[in-house]
Amino acid sequence: MFSVILHVSFALFFSPLLLGVVAKTKAFFAGRWGPPLLQPWYDIVKLFRKGSVYSTTTTWVFKLTPVAVLATALLSCIFIPLGTLAPPVYFWGDALFFVYLYGLMRFFLIIGAWDTGSSFEGMGASREAAFSCLSEIILFMDLILLVMVSKSLVLCNMLNTSFFSSWASMGPVLILVVISFFLVLLVENARIPIDDPNTHLELTMVHEVMVLDHSGFDLGLILWGSAVKFFVLGSILISLFIPRHESFMAGMVFFMVGMALLALTVGVVESIMARLRLNSVPHLLTGGFVLALLGFIVILLKGM
Amino acid sequence: MSFEKFYVHNGQSWPLEQVPVMDEASFRREILKSCETGGRLVNLFGYHAQDKNLYLCAVIGMDQEGKLSVFAARMPGGQVHFESLTPVLPQAHLFEREIAEQFGIIIQGHPWLKPVRSHQDYSFYEIRSEETHEVAVGPVHAGIIEPGHFRFQCHGEEILNLEIQLGWQHRGVEKMMAEISLERAMLVAESIAGDTVIGHGTAFCNIIEALSDTEVPLQAEMIRIIALELERLANHVGDMGALSTDIGFLPVSAYFGRLRGEFLNLSMELCGSRFGRSLCRPGGVLFSLGPEMIEDFRRRLLKAQKDFMEIAELFFSTSSVLSRLESTGRISRQTAEELGLVGPAARSCDLERDVRTDYAFGMFRFQHIPVSTVVSGDVYARALIRRLEAQRSIEFLLEALDQIPSGELLKKPSALKPSHMALSLVEGWRGEIAHVAITDAQSRLMRYKVKDPSFNNWIALSLAVRGAQISDFPLCNKSFNLSYAGHDL
Repeated sequence: MFSVILHVSFALFFSPLLLGVVAKTKAFFAGRWGPPLLQPWYDIVKLFRKGSVYSTTTTWVFKLTPVAVLATALLSCIFIPLGTLAPPVYFWGDALFFVYLYGLMRFFLIIGAWDTGSSFEGMGASREAAFSCLSEIILFMDLILLVMVSKSLVLCNMLNTSFFSSWASMGPVLILVVISFFLVLLVENARIPIDDPNTHLELTMVHEVMVLDHSGFDLGLILWGSAVKFFVLGSILISLFIPRHESFMAGMVFFMVGMALLALTVGVVESIMARLRLNSVPHLLTGGFVLALLGFIVILLKGM
Repeated sequence: MSFEKFYVHNGQSWPLEQVPVMDEASFRREILKSCETGGRLVNLFGYHAQDKNLYLCAVIGMDQEGKLSVFAARMPGGQVHFESLTPVLPQAHLFEREIAEQFGIIIQGHPWLKPVRSHQDYSFYEIRSEETHEVAVGPVHAGIIEPGHFRFQCHGEEILNLEIQLGWQHRGVEKMMAEISLERAMLVAESIAGDTVIGHGTAFCNIIEALSDTEVPLQAEMIRIIALELERLANHVGDMGALSTDIGFLPVSAYFGRLRGEFLNLSMELCGSRFGRSLCRPGGVLFSLGPEMIEDFRRRLLKAQKDFMEIAELFFSTSSVLSRLESTGRISRQTAEELGLVGPAARSCDLERDVRTDYAFGMFRFQHIPVSTVVSGDVYARALIRRLEAQRSIEFLLEALDQIPSGELLKKPSALKPSHMALSLVEGWRGEIAHVAITDAQSRLMRYKVKDPSFNNWIALSLAVRGAQISDFPLCNKSFNLSYAGHDL
């Protein structure tokens, strides 16, 4: 029980910081100072002190969404190692469970959006559903590759530090995994070039528009949930890079530096390119899938 | 019946009785004939003359020849019908709708006689289908922009039809202009569109100067066009920044945003207002540039020029930017011509229309600025035309700073001439601003007609997004960046 609490609080505490690093990086490229690193934290605290406003057309479904989002995000985090913190819960096949947790989160976001009856939210929901179809395939394909490399269907075995040694033998495949997984990370967290988290234009939004009607405390939950999701997906990616290490602290330092670098990379990607046209997003995602598929073929040819 | 054409110059006034007056049928024929032979409807409006009759007046511009012709039709008493020009001449559609709204005339055969500014008893065009959906945006928007309502009929992500409903900014400018003192009218003119202060201000000044035969000191003319080009620069650069914001290209959006501030600051130093308020006054300008300021302006303009070139180069050489802009919201040259588009929107469709060269006004009669055009007519073209024009404007300003004549700044205009009509066209940053004024026998303004370029161009936006992705609408909208206040008056 204690390890679960530790795991969850670790994710809860550090996830908003990650967004702070992204914002700082983007500000640097724009020649500004940018908001303080802790700004996402301030935002969440501010929102938690506010009341929520509910449209009269919404039902309990709408109110359930924010809770469901944060709950699924936190649930997903206890299956993966966070640096040296081993996952407190694991079972055979938890990798599949993990993916469908995000399916569940999306399900609640989408029906919550529908519940408002707003045309914007309906459009956002349809876009989210369409893109996630494609990103889910990539995510699965990546997990299949990791399963084949690590020969285990348990997330904590796939992502533990002994995995690092596979780079020597499986380097090319893992590079493909990393690239396609990075794409999944961008899609799932609504980052440029797929979505623009900063835009105020409802007609172009994907993720943002689905939570447009949430306010106050509820919005705080959703923001926090999204931050945790970013953190969790990011830590999967970083886990692949953590070398074997002796002390608890060394592993943690590797992890934290890795996460900061990831946030930095996301910030750089967002700064050096414009957002894609919405109807070319599927092309990009298909490309990501092809990369993952290529890795699959390589593994098959290598005879595991 | 045939009439001798009555040609006028930009910024000129003439006795009202010189305007050829014809009957309704020949008026209609005359407009169509002029527009077939390279003419363009600059303005079409109604006015009540002192004999209580209603007149319709057309201003036709022959852009290639640089000629403006004016003629009018007397509507017989009691008759409230006018056969619509729109089916043959689409560019007349909004002018006719405006006349119908302002004077209660029934425009027969108009395909879409919807009110221009009032919203009473109007139901939107809709598609009743299970497969399509309707999206209503505005009049209150997410950003700090003006109010306007956009009604989309969509099939999935594709826009089948966009209907734009404006009028929330209607302040009764035209009527007010004829009722208040000239001093106040100047302030109202500066407030027609908050981002086109110099454009509308200069147009108003030209009208008053024409009606009072005031010769504007050359120094004042020069300061006016310097301010006009500064206004163009600030807005064009700001628009390019806004385009990059919309596609999520952050660095360029931040740098263009800063650069816009540089140009606004120059206006600020010239006249104390970042948007150029209280610079132009009938008879001249209130402020000028001293030798030290000229040096300072030159230094800062050179710096801004260098920055602008670098940032624009980054913007136009980033492939993700180009893939977003190219072939988005395309308007063909033919459509642009039929709709009578003006300004950068027309020039990005390969139409060479620029009041600064076609009907040169003020100092542009002596100092030429080359016209830029782009062929493709898409968002890319509208971004590129802004870049080209901004470049030309900076070069022009650097030259103009050397040549500011000395002498008076302001010459008090005398009283207005009675029963005269005056016309003034100014190329504002959005395009052709057309003001027409008529005085009565007591030398008071009897009718003041304002046409902002947005009036011509709004329809282009709804055609540009037809068949496009709804997620591209904000980008298309920004690429036109039309004025709500200028349209609503």
